[in-house]
Amino acid sequence: MSKAKEVLLNPLFNDNPIALQILGICSALAVTGTLYITLIMCVALTTVVTLSNLFVSLIRNHIPTNIRIIVQISIIATLVMLVDEVLQAFDYESSKTLSVFVGLIVTNCIVMGRAEAFAMKNGPLMSAIDGFGNGLGYSVILIIIAIIREFIGAGTFYGIEIMPLTTNGGWYLANNFFLTPASSFFIIGFTIWALRQWKTEQIEEPEFKISKNSLETEKRAI
Amino acid sequence: MNNNDTIKKTLIVAVSLCLVCSALISFSAVELRDLQEANKTLDKQSKILSAAGLLKEGGDVTELFESIEARIVNLETGKFDYQINLDEYEESAFSRNPSTSIELTANNDIALLKRRENFQTVYLHYSMEKLNAIILPVRGYGLWGTMKGYLALQPDLKTIIGLEFFDHKETPGLGGEIDNPKWKATWKGKEVYSDSGDVLIRVIKGSVDRSSSQAKYQVDGLSGATITSNGVTNLLSFWLGDMGYGPLINTLKDQESKDV
Repeated sequence: MSKAKEVLLNPLFNDNPIALQILGICSALAVTGTLYITLIMCVALTTVVTLSNLFVSLIRNHIPTNIRIIVQISIIATLVMLVDEVLQAFDYESSKTLSVFVGLIVTNCIVMGRAEAFAMKNGPLMSAIDGFGNGLGYSVILIIIAIIREFIGAGTFYGIEIMPLTTNGGWYLANNFFLTPASSFFIIGFTIWALRQWKTEQIEEPEFKISKNSLETEKRAI
Repeated sequence: MNNNDTIKKTLIVAVSLCLVCSALISFSAVELRDLQEANKTLDKQSKILSAAGLLKEGGDVTELFESIEARIVNLETGKFDYQINLDEYEESAFSRNPSTSIELTANNDIALLKRRENFQTVYLHYSMEKLNAIILPVRGYGLWGTMKGYLALQPDLKTIIGLEFFDHKETPGLGGEIDNPKWKATWKGKEVYSDSGDVLIRVIKGSVDRSSSQAKYQVDGLSGATITSNGVTNLLSFWLGDMGYGPLINTLKDQESKDV
């Protein structure tokens, strides 16, 4: 596998920013109620992380170490504001729904994490590919969560009715819990579990082992 | 070790980065402002049209909106005010300014607005020189934030044509169902005032009993969204009452009876 391909595809399943690095969880909870909004968010984040990696990498040899975090944040914040402006101009409806969450991409750990961990040490092209790959990795998990939440919570897929709701005269009684952000915790948890069943090398060594039940050992001694 | 960490280099990098970033943002903000403003106006206009049931599939919003006339109304006197320029009117500025608004007391602040502006824009729709619909901006507190919308009434000034919210923060799927077309359709034909002029319209808990004599004043509640439902009831009671458009509606009724 060539280096570029590896950098691009690794974040999808092998080194997923959400499922393995457990970064960017906040927006994974907040914007996954409907698939359409999630897709807009994924596009916005992927754009920001790709471009921020590119620009940080371009000027990486000139960034003073003392202010490097501030420099990265400035670049990221600028990009986020640009994305927000563009969204307000071209997709007003979703910008109304996403509102604050687009702004909060600034605080998304994935963007900052990739700038600091990858873009500061690698060339512009490779950094952009890495950013794009991580954006995709984020998107994959978000889309999975959004599909599940929208399907169980509202009986629809991408706004198309699959299971007619009782409120609209159908048979499916929507599970309102799946419309609340808390449900994402469970879905993310199960996704991580499923991923680690498939890619067993991601299972972490337990930090400590539970010792044998003392009563049992005593009994045996007697 | 390169010479990046000198004070001079640090300052140069910091200043030039700030300049580039701010230039980019200012440029995009200025370039896109017209588009954004147009989007906002279009969104507002389409919601007004949709409340009045005038929005047609595939119709041009700007063109359809030409049939609608906006007027400033003085909420104290209930009369139209021609002194204030329509383009200069801004709800949020007027409701904050003490000279153009009043403070609401715990007794009359049923929609939890804290302050109410003395002037509002209302929209009149005429067809063939006859008043066809009057569209009133309404707002009030729901569960998470203020719900803003438009209520359209028929020329009899008591039958609802439609209710449409354009800005709210209710939970999607629960309170957010105030945007559900099926629920919005149930408002059509409901009446807001009793014969003696009291505001009776309300969102009830559960479904409306169609055989009841009160059915024409009641709308099905949203399941799992009692606070939102109550918020809708409250905001309608407030805006249709004496503190809201009550005086305007009385003026319009008087005019009508004189015309006849």
